[in-house]
Amino acid sequence: MDLMQLTAVELGKKIKNKEITVKECVEAALAQIDAVEGQIHSFVTMDREGALKKAEEVQAKIDSGELTGPLAGVPVAIKDNMCTEGLLTTCSSKILYNFVPTYTSEAVLNLEKAGAVIIGKTNMDEFAMGSTTETSAFGPTKNPWNTDHVPGGSSGGSCTAVAAEEVPYALGSDTGGSIRQPSSFCGVVGIKPTYGTVSRYGLIAYGSSLDQIGPVAKDVTDCATILEAIASYDPKDSTSVQREEYDFTSALVDDVKGLRIGIPRDYFGEGLDEEVKTAVLGAAKALEEKGAIVEEFDLSLVEYAIPAYYVIASAEASSNLARFDGVKYGYRTEAYEGLHNMYKKSRSEGFGPEVKRRIMLGSFVLSSGYYDAYYLKALRTKALIKQTFDKAFEKYDVILGPAAPTTAPKLGDSLSDPIKMYLGDIYTISVNLAGLPGLSMPCGIDSKGLPIGVQMIGDCFKEKNIIRAAFAFEQTRTYQRPVMAGKGAE
Amino acid sequence: MANVISDETIEYVGILAKLELSEEEKEQAKKDMGSMLDYIDKLNELDTSGVEPMSHVFPVHNVFREDVVANGNVREKILANAPKEKDGSFVVPKTVE
Repeated sequence: MDLMQLTAVELGKKIKNKEITVKECVEAALAQIDAVEGQIHSFVTMDREGALKKAEEVQAKIDSGELTGPLAGVPVAIKDNMCTEGLLTTCSSKILYNFVPTYTSEAVLNLEKAGAVIIGKTNMDEFAMGSTTETSAFGPTKNPWNTDHVPGGSSGGSCTAVAAEEVPYALGSDTGGSIRQPSSFCGVVGIKPTYGTVSRYGLIAYGSSLDQIGPVAKDVTDCATILEAIASYDPKDSTSVQREEYDFTSALVDDVKGLRIGIPRDYFGEGLDEEVKTAVLGAAKALEEKGAIVEEFDLSLVEYAIPAYYVIASAEASSNLARFDGVKYGYRTEAYEGLHNMYKKSRSEGFGPEVKRRIMLGSFVLSSGYYDAYYLKALRTKALIKQTFDKAFEKYDVILGPAAPTTAPKLGDSLSDPIKMYLGDIYTISVNLAGLPGLSMPCGIDSKGLPIGVQMIGDCFKEKNIIRAAFAFEQTRTYQRPVMAGKGAE
Repeated sequence: MANVISDETIEYVGILAKLELSEEEKEQAKKDMGSMLDYIDKLNELDTSGVEPMSHVFPVHNVFREDVVANGNVREKILANAPKEKDGSFVVPKTVE
């Protein structure tokens, strides 16, 4: 049987019922990785030995009844910007090429407590800056549906690892769409939770006011289950929010009667691929047929989200990335004259072009004389964008639209024109600015054979609305996998 | 391009960002930053007078805790990550003459 075709929750059940062992499950993942990793490059670091050792420990705890949760014994891949104690964590950057954390990020720790077995760390755009996973210092990741195309980014490796069935699920992080856009390009499901829901402790910061960790998996049930495992109030993260409830799986019901779904007209204008448009509207239609109330409306201010985002994210990045100076960890240049020259040379040689571009822009917009005109202006714009969503959620439970304007572009096409690449995030970025939960899931395949994603956005703390809509829509479809999936079981 | 970035600006931003760019990188950075700022200038179409800048979407406050050690001593592991260390300390170039 091809174990890797199963979802995380299905695997967890089989392990619990003693139909399979944790070791068999880990070995099935490793076999699939051996079969396809050379073609797609999902991982920066593999931890075969650690995973097999952990498999035994977890099995013992399951056998003794200590671990009983739905994810106990199920293998997982972690995006390489989350610290894992004793396991290389690079952020796909040369500046952290040899960094071994002394502690584990809270979200990963929560998974470990649930009995997860970490297989390895996934490739990403350097410091999560990019939309294609091509800015990684360790080479690009390729789309399992067609290896001439990008997987999206920045959580590209996490999404390809799930789509190609190297692991049943993975963690990603989303600052401007970095979970939802690659999920869309790879034909998998990904959730960016409400800001503050999952602790950022141990997540190497890019844009702190926007970053959130979230799950990537083959279906909505997995995503809700994983989110339930990783979400927690954490005093170590000063922006962690104490939520009223941490239950997400009770929303897994096939019932959308009366659910109010808004379709923003401004998400279907110029620049949107016709095939994407048709598939996304098809998803809305399917939900309407199930009893949801679907209506078009004008969201407004959509075109201002990207410029505001690049000011805010770059400003925060320039500050967050000041810590990489070649003193306490990571890369230090070979030859230097004095302290400042050592800082400058280490950073200039350690960071890639996209990271330098954003640090420069961020330093500029925060510099005296420009702070008001750019940084404060962007924060005021953010307030207005939040207001437009607040207004929309007075009328709707879910906002439905595309996750990205197109399906996955070809490798090399995006990096030549940064602004064009930035525009690809038009439907995802405002969700981060407003702190909202958003989900992307497959809704079709285009004529090139590449997956199309639909995005569902909810009001703050209302993940259950989008999970409910997504689950109901999922029941109308069968999951489609790339040809590459299943190779390891042959 | 409406925003023309001068050599002085790139030099100054390089100091703030602690980055040393080659001549070629500087030229590229001038172009990139100019076109990004042109794009960002779109925000000026919006009337934001009277709108408070929003740094966080939720009214979060600083979180205080007692200053007690919660983790164990991992000095050796931390130092193992240092590019250069000596006698339990990080080694940096001489900073005081």
